Amino acid sequence: MKKTICIALVAVMTLALLAGCGSSGPAETAAPAAALSGTVATDGSTSMAKVIGALGESFMELNKDVTFTYNPTGSGSGIAAVSEGRCDIGLSSRALKDEEKASGLRETVLALDGIAVIVNPENSVSDLDLETIAKIYTGEITNWSEVGGNDAAIVLIGREAGSGTRDGFESITGTKDSCKYRQELTSTGDVITTVSQNPDAIGYASLASVKDSVKALSVNGVAPSEDSVKDGSYLIQRPFVLVTREGSDLSAAAQAFFDYATSVDAAGIISAAGAVAVAK
Amino acid sequence: MKKNGRFLENFIHGVFLILGLITVGCVLLITVYLFISGIPAIREIGLIPFLSGTRWASTAAEPQYGILPFILTSVYGTAGAILLGVPAGFMTAVYLSKAAPPKLRSVMESCVSLLAGIPSVVYGLVGMLILVPGIRKLFNVPDGSSLFAAIIVLAIMILPSIIKVSVTALDAVPKEYEDASLALGATPVETWFRVSVPAAKSGIAAAVVLGVGRAIGEAMAVMMVSGNVPNMPGLFQSVRFLTTAVASEMSYSSGLQRQALFSIALVLFLFIMLINASLNFFLKRDKEV
Repeated sequence: MKKTICIALVAVMTLALLAGCGSSGPAETAAPAAALSGTVATDGSTSMAKVIGALGESFMELNKDVTFTYNPTGSGSGIAAVSEGRCDIGLSSRALKDEEKASGLRETVLALDGIAVIVNPENSVSDLDLETIAKIYTGEITNWSEVGGNDAAIVLIGREAGSGTRDGFESITGTKDSCKYRQELTSTGDVITTVSQNPDAIGYASLASVKDSVKALSVNGVAPSEDSVKDGSYLIQRPFVLVTREGSDLSAAAQAFFDYATSVDAAGIISAAGAVAVAK
Repeated sequence: MKKNGRFLENFIHGVFLILGLITVGCVLLITVYLFISGIPAIREIGLIPFLSGTRWASTAAEPQYGILPFILTSVYGTAGAILLGVPAGFMTAVYLSKAAPPKLRSVMESCVSLLAGIPSVVYGLVGMLILVPGIRKLFNVPDGSSLFAAIIVLAIMILPSIIKVSVTALDAVPKEYEDASLALGATPVETWFRVSVPAAKSGIAAAVVLGVGRAIGEAMAVMMVSGNVPNMPGLFQSVRFLTTAVASEMSYSSGLQRQALFSIALVLFLFIMLINASLNFFLKRDKEV
């Protein structure tokens, strides 16, 4: 019994230490607010993990007494959580639907995220237009040779029903409910790994998470990058949204985080995490 | 002093009873919860369309909830895994129990235990990075994620339970039976397959049923290698199992979709109950013999 307590204590202390000295993000931005305390609970989109993680870390650095939590459940769950009051701020990687706004939720666009269309680096295709991408995903074009690649069947990799990235991709390309996926994977990492393993695969993933193991295609001749997402010339992009309840005030800590995240100071952190900040 | 001792005895009995009841309570809680949350969607969709519908499109504008592809995939996948895993596991068990030298046996048995201890996500990862590209090249199909990949992963995953339970059953065969057989002039191999195996057959059957249970309930590993598209099953098709249907959509689901996922879980649960019942049947028969 004593031993268990001992172990638990050690674990707690280790965690405390880690929390204290972890984050090495750019912290010299905003001036520290006057002794804020409490918790900020966020819940929602898994695509926003990197951005919200970096913001939370630097926010906690500035406000030592505030506990910041992020529950990566997905956009739908995050919106549900905030409307049921189970968290302070919901995170959604799609704009709110009209019925969600009507139910008393308010959206604040935090950043923009490009969705990169990725292929294996061995693939010779490097540019497709939006229409061709839609035709590929609806099964009208089934061979890479039809779009200037090798003679090989196109393997369509997508995300599971309900994923924010899938919703974003399908609504931008106009392929809602008509994609003929060969694989439906449950995370961005799985999609990237699978595409990097199969020379004939095509997939989509958040621009922020694309690594060198895959090649991001240009769309209508525009390569995905922070600038091309911001000026709107790269077409496959979606908003990262902070969802709050209309009419009910956030706690002091949550309000401070909200202000911090949408401030100009946080823009550097957001772009370091791979998304495009919209604050000016 | 004596009175005190009896009090302590009763007290400890009570503690044990409570701990036992916690387990029973958990099972009851889960069962009741699954039935309560699984039945509304079935009532709304209708039992027949739900079980025999061939199209699953839970987030479409006109959602369709047919889980026949999942049921068939789970049945085929499990059957395939049994087909590959049982002969291999059974032969290994016979070898370990009857023929292997003691040193080799202890090494091999610890390997088997280790295989049982590998987390399923590791099976999935290795399958995703080695097996899936391998199948793609070997069979010259566009993509290796398929029912076939899932069957192979499952076959390997059920090996430990089949081997261990079979070995225990074979070890329990009285030595006199085998001695008698050998004394009558049968060769060792004849003795194993004509005497030992028939004497241990209900234990081996229990091993197979355990394997079925493990295979049908596995989610993580098959999710990573099977492609997860709700197609009707085909060997090199991308498929979705009952387990992965629940796991892959749960995090983003809402409304009727979420309720339908609970209904899938309920169907899966009924399958598992069926398997457990048959396991009990085999074990009971074992005791009576």
